[in-house]
Amino acid sequence: MAFGIGGAVGTALSPLPWKLTDDLSIWTQNWPWTPVPPHGEVTQVDSVCTLCPGGCGISVRKVEDRVVKIEGMPGHPVNDGGICLLGASGAQLLYGPSRIEGPLKRVGRRGDGRWQPVSWKAAVAEVAGKLGVLRSGGEPHTLGCLLRSDRGTVPGLFSRLLTVFGSPNLMRMPSIQDTYELTLYQMQGALALPGFDVDNTDFLLSFGSGYIQGWGSPVHMFRAHSRWRNRGGRVVQVEPRLSISAAKADDWLAIKPGTEAALAMGLSHVIITESLYDRDFIENRCRGFESWVDAEGRIQPGFKQRVLNTYTPAKVSEITGIAAADVVRLARDFAKAARPLAICGRGRGRVPGDLGAFMAVHALNALCGSIQRAGGVWAVPEPDYINWFQPEMDKVAATGMQQSRLDGAGGPQYPLARYLTSYLAEIINAGKGYPLKALLVAGDNPAYTLPAGGNVRKALDSIPFIVSFSSFMDETTRMADLVLPNHIYLERLEDVPLAQGFSRPLVQLCKPVTAPQFNTRHSGDVVIDIARALGGSVATAFPWKSYADCLKETLGGNFQKLMRQVYMVGRGTGAPGHNAAFETASGKFEFTNPEFKIRPDYEPIEAEGDAASFPLVLVPYDSMRLASGFVADSPFMVKAVDDTVLKGRDILVEINPQTARKYGLADGAIALLRTPRGKARVKIYHFEGLMPGLVAMPTGLGHSAYDEYIGGKGVNFNRLIGPVQDPVSGLDAAWGIRAKLTRV
Amino acid sequence: MSTADEKSRKAAAQPSGSIPTAEEGPAPADTAGGKVMAFFFIGLAASLFVGWIVFPKLLYSQKKQPIDFNHAMHVQEVDNGCESCHFFRPDGTFTGIPKLDKCLECHEEVQGDSAEESRFVNQYAQKGKEVPWLVYAKQPACVFFSHVAHVRMGKMDCAACHGNIGESQHTRVYEQNRISGYSRDIWGRNISGFKRHTWDSMKMADCAACHKRAGVHQTSVQTGKGACFVCHK
Repeated sequence: MAFGIGGAVGTALSPLPWKLTDDLSIWTQNWPWTPVPPHGEVTQVDSVCTLCPGGCGISVRKVEDRVVKIEGMPGHPVNDGGICLLGASGAQLLYGPSRIEGPLKRVGRRGDGRWQPVSWKAAVAEVAGKLGVLRSGGEPHTLGCLLRSDRGTVPGLFSRLLTVFGSPNLMRMPSIQDTYELTLYQMQGALALPGFDVDNTDFLLSFGSGYIQGWGSPVHMFRAHSRWRNRGGRVVQVEPRLSISAAKADDWLAIKPGTEAALAMGLSHVIITESLYDRDFIENRCRGFESWVDAEGRIQPGFKQRVLNTYTPAKVSEITGIAAADVVRLARDFAKAARPLAICGRGRGRVPGDLGAFMAVHALNALCGSIQRAGGVWAVPEPDYINWFQPEMDKVAATGMQQSRLDGAGGPQYPLARYLTSYLAEIINAGKGYPLKALLVAGDNPAYTLPAGGNVRKALDSIPFIVSFSSFMDETTRMADLVLPNHIYLERLEDVPLAQGFSRPLVQLCKPVTAPQFNTRHSGDVVIDIARALGGSVATAFPWKSYADCLKETLGGNFQKLMRQVYMVGRGTGAPGHNAAFETASGKFEFTNPEFKIRPDYEPIEAEGDAASFPLVLVPYDSMRLASGFVADSPFMVKAVDDTVLKGRDILVEINPQTARKYGLADGAIALLRTPRGKARVKIYHFEGLMPGLVAMPTGLGHSAYDEYIGGKGVNFNRLIGPVQDPVSGLDAAWGIRAKLTRV
Repeated sequence: MSTADEKSRKAAAQPSGSIPTAEEGPAPADTAGGKVMAFFFIGLAASLFVGWIVFPKLLYSQKKQPIDFNHAMHVQEVDNGCESCHFFRPDGTFTGIPKLDKCLECHEEVQGDSAEESRFVNQYAQKGKEVPWLVYAKQPACVFFSHVAHVRMGKMDCAACHGNIGESQHTRVYEQNRISGYSRDIWGRNISGFKRHTWDSMKMADCAACHKRAGVHQTSVQTGKGACFVCHK
């Protein structure tokens, strides 16, 4: 005991306890597993975010070569310093665990996830070998290629490869761009992209568009929304659900889903009857407003006639469920605003939609003169800087290119559509046309993003050779035979030819912010490599030493300029004016294009399924906190998802309490959701902001691939819905699907 | 009456450790007390030995720098003293220990006849590999330290914190704290924490003392002393 006391006194008189306490406190405040930004030189590199088509400028803060923060680029015309949740968490995509570290070859069964790393040389040789067989067998058209976008040099290289190879089957992923492009072509004769001058509008009428939920260029829309708030602009949201966009609007009109076109026509009715339309524009710049006599001497009803005959407020009220008085009031407010703008494309605009409805909304804009003027819709010219020499095609390629497209786009049934990617799976599964023997997938994740996910997987499974160019181990890549991972946007050089929905033409340059983390390779370079390995006329179409050379040559003098300043605003920087914009045969805005006889109208698109077995209707909703496109959520975003959307691993579906009571579904209960396309386990969330009879489900969840932070949470909406064809354009116009909820 | 011998026999028969009674007299208590004191002092001495001698030896591991760097020689060769290699970037941040790039400005090829230099050139410079220097002055990650605030604005000399390292011909052994992972230089060579020079230790108390003397933000609402957020952001 004395020894102990002596020891204690001695210890107290020695530095041991004090030093130990100090060291332990330092240790506990600096856990070795807590990441600490490295010390070093801090630099800021400006580039472009390509995680969505919004085209925001980003300013990336680096310490040495490590990316530590991504902010919006100040002064950028699209986002001026602003950034969204996904853009801000881009560093997690760069350093996250789902990156593919090098070229991989499948060794197990499809989808087993067993891979063998291979060299780039061997991988390219394998692709060239497999594709070479198709060419030598005289069936080059059985090669398909799925891309996210068809603009810019990298899609350009893929497209060129397919052309000289001999396949017409280049497909772009569907979106409202498809329908808006057709609308502009029909009514303005322009091969153009829609631009919305949201900065200058003072009345936004949104037909279900999630204008602050990812529609158009998301951050640009946020900024515009703030401006409307500050300057007293008005926003009216028309949709069946109290979305964030509806909640932030000045007025929310709950409409029966799928009837938006009828409302647009009804508003036109009031505007025409009360003579509130832009007389100068209608009389001098438009055709087809009044009835006319065609070449055969028959009287063709004009837009005015059809609207006045069919879409009275009472009739529209019956179709849409919106009171006739509200229709009249909204029409007056819209027409009397100085610079009104109507937009459409539901939610984020993932589904193309029906052409008649888009044209009805565009006609509404035309009535108020909101075409090609400040605060209106502008036709933004297609980027025109890619002027490569015409490639020489050998006989095999020429014969292959004569084949009709597998998806039927541009064919006898749907001559207008450029791409009908949503139906590819159905066509393959039904054994129509010819079988696809090889598929290249770049920049998208069709197994997740296309409707009827089950069918898509089945279709992919029937394709003997799939090559994925994805940087991430996503759902489609898991089904690939060969993975040729691209650099991610922070590691690569690439032109970004447009900013979706932005009113001016914008060419931007995404440049490497940091060195590639892994043994990845630029897809542009890989396409050139494959072409070279194929030899012959395919190789001679690609004379560039590397993708960088190709890009420099393509951009010419602008390359250095873009390297310095990231973006260039192209021609047509002011409101483009009316004269140059209408490239129709008449040189005027066409309410009904006489060539195609396609006109603005309301044609009901029914939800798939029979009402007897499926009494409810399932509709999707998009949110800024869930990336529903080719990029999955970042782990950071998953943390930001409300527990009214995702709780644990369960997805919550919204249902009106009144409907829920009818089916005995308590708040928080687990239920089985069935649609004609599939079923899923869901949790019930009573939400009075949703129209009775509907069930609303968030998009962007339910990834089965990726990592533990992203995968295995909730349900993928695309698995539960199938495409519903617009009879006019052939594009997918599904807005919902019949559904049934049962308690489990 | 019993004799003294009897008493001592009785005392010896007492079970050890039991308390002697009053009538048994003072002599045996003296012996036991002596023993207690002896044990106390043995314990005291042992713990002091452990605390002062053994513990510091155990606490720190000894590491050698990857290259034996000669500061004195380099200072003679360069024009701008310490700042020739340890300089401020245009944005005001401090480079600290130079990266390989800086070394390569002179050492792409072997310059002299030092074995260490040729080892540096062969093992690092030519392979483009950064030298994993051990940083004596590295503060824990929870401390924010700005060189520009001290050297430029505070007009402090490098030696005030780093000592006369510029005159050293060899690198010292780097003693790493096995618990916290930081250098012994932070606490100081002297285990008791006493210092003779300003640079002997760089603990929070050292920073605070200097900040107090210089009147740096002595504005903490909570403590009335230096504001925490000056260093702990």
